[in-house]
Amino acid sequence: MNDSIVMAVLISAIFYGTPLLYAALGEVLAERSGVLNLGVEGMMLMGAVVGSVISSRLDAPGPIVLLVAFLAAMVAGALTALLHAFATITLRVNQTVSGLTLTILAGGAGLSSYLANVWQLKDPATHQFQRLNIGGLKDLPIVGPLLFDQTLLTYLSWVAVAVCSWYLFKTRTGLNLRSVGESPSTADAMGLNVVRTRYIHTMIGGAMAGIGGICFSLSIVPTWVDGMTAGRGWIALALVIFGFWRPLWVMVGAYLFGALSSLSLILQARGFAVPPELLDSLPYIMTVVVLVVVSAGWSSKTLSAPDALGTAFEREAR
Amino acid sequence: MIRLEPRLTRPKWLAFAVPIGSIFAAMILGALLIMVSGNDALATYGRIGERAFGDVVAWTDTIIAATPLLLTGLAAAAAFRMGLFNIGGEGQFVMGAVAAAWTGLALGPLGGWVAIPVMVLSGIAAGSIWAAIPGFFKTKFGTNEVITTLMFNYIAASFASFLIFGSESFVRELEGSGKVFPQGKVISDDVIWPAFGGGGFSVPLGFILGCIAAMALWLLYRQTRFGFEIGVVSDSPEAARYAGINVPRTGLAVMTISGGLAGLGGASNIGDIRHMLDPKGLNQSGYGYTGIVVAALARWNPIAVIPVSILLGGLANAGRSLQGEDFPAGLVGTLQGLLLFCAVSGEFLTRYRVRVAARRPKVEVKAA
Repeated sequence: MNDSIVMAVLISAIFYGTPLLYAALGEVLAERSGVLNLGVEGMMLMGAVVGSVISSRLDAPGPIVLLVAFLAAMVAGALTALLHAFATITLRVNQTVSGLTLTILAGGAGLSSYLANVWQLKDPATHQFQRLNIGGLKDLPIVGPLLFDQTLLTYLSWVAVAVCSWYLFKTRTGLNLRSVGESPSTADAMGLNVVRTRYIHTMIGGAMAGIGGICFSLSIVPTWVDGMTAGRGWIALALVIFGFWRPLWVMVGAYLFGALSSLSLILQARGFAVPPELLDSLPYIMTVVVLVVVSAGWSSKTLSAPDALGTAFEREAR
Repeated sequence: MIRLEPRLTRPKWLAFAVPIGSIFAAMILGALLIMVSGNDALATYGRIGERAFGDVVAWTDTIIAATPLLLTGLAAAAAFRMGLFNIGGEGQFVMGAVAAAWTGLALGPLGGWVAIPVMVLSGIAAGSIWAAIPGFFKTKFGTNEVITTLMFNYIAASFASFLIFGSESFVRELEGSGKVFPQGKVISDDVIWPAFGGGGFSVPLGFILGCIAAMALWLLYRQTRFGFEIGVVSDSPEAARYAGINVPRTGLAVMTISGGLAGLGGASNIGDIRHMLDPKGLNQSGYGYTGIVVAALARWNPIAVIPVSILLGGLANAGRSLQGEDFPAGLVGTLQGLLLFCAVSGEFLTRYRVRVAARRPKVEVKAA
């Protein structure tokens, strides 16, 4: 039963969906504060390259190396996001332009590739995140491979979804965050620090994109390739819309998109001829459809983007 | 305490000082990075300058590299004039290339005089249509064009890959080496676009068309009623509506023009440069995204897009020919990114006056 085609798709949905989930969750937090960051791809790659070099060069026991790589990837992503935060929040540069610049600067033909060259990343990462067979339960039918045979990164992503959901909708700071994204001038009048809230959440978004990056460099594609995230950062952006800026729905979307990205391989391996290119384009087509449906007002207003998304907050311009 | 005051007037000299200052700032940041990673910054810059602008051969290669950037840059600038962000230059470029490859192959037997104009027009048309769809969503439903045009890039990329790798389409080479490695069918010599010049220096047709388009766009936006209406819509859609301007139609027209320019870039990629549909190459080049950088650096002015595209084209050309052990890949993208960050940040100085004043708690604005 665990070898059936449905199981194969579900298992790879989780495997390939995990980096999308991290990056999209981070982007949800940033966008909830009103900052659109199109630089996800660049932040993921910066996390990936830093995680990769630490995994290969740090001389320490495996678990410690992985912990350091994990933290360093978060820092790398957050620092990359800091550039975007400084440009858009302090200097009020257009968020679209700044985000694109971030991807060009850090992306597959930019700084991440330059660093990989300078650091001579050639061999597979020495330490990688392996699948953990929790409690020896992986042979249980259906739930075994899905819930008990994942990497630590996947287990942590489930925790992250729960924490983000709780933070956004059940805590006072989460409420403050949402108010900053909906109406910064009102939030400012209430005494909230709009600038600080936006800085912090943009950087958390970058940190999570950095984790999404090591899902690639230390798990999915352990040998460094320039631009190894292959456009997943853009899918993460689509996912945020697809999941209506809600962590749980984003998780569903991440696994759906993860399933699609592996479906063609699985189908081909089993002798079904489906052009993989057409399946590849499905996530993007679905995102456009969702976006049109939401913006056309054919759905509830509460599902739309934060009102102040993409706009700079200019206190003196009130 | 640092305070920001919006400028009421923008001094003319800033319009020149800021871009030039940004280029210097970016070069200094880039030099620091190169030195930190253990290379000689001055020597690296010297080699970039030589390979980009050193002699006629370098200039020819630089103009070739600048051609797609000129057209995608114009596409971004055209849309931004109305406050629209066309991030889809990438996809419109690809669709233009698909259309031009198709018509170039189909009309090849009729010769260049027939086929080349049709390639140009079909490229423009394909790019226009690919931009008009998100444009329609935007004007009809208010759907955010940033994300839809972005998604359309990937749909176009998948479509082009499908034509070459996933099907036995008309634009795919099915004979010879094409049996082993999927690749595009090469257009016949008759329909390769002409280049103009002499003495070793030549300019591709696409670049000349791009320069004409830049001037036409400038005239359209400066001198015509339509251009004036676009400016009004950009400043205030409400006011435009009261003045009787058809805002949705104007928006759709702007997106169509923008997409057409990117599509022309795609056609030039077939006619001038690659001579066949090459989805992988298009995917890696990122012309559409760099075009937005070009346009932003040119401060969205169509005429200024020409020199900026030559500058970034030179950088790309040098990066391609120098790539190797002591000239790591990724350096060019990093320099481009730094350049744009400095330029858009410098833009801030033209909009705000930075005042360092005594602490006045009531009116302070935090600048990080």
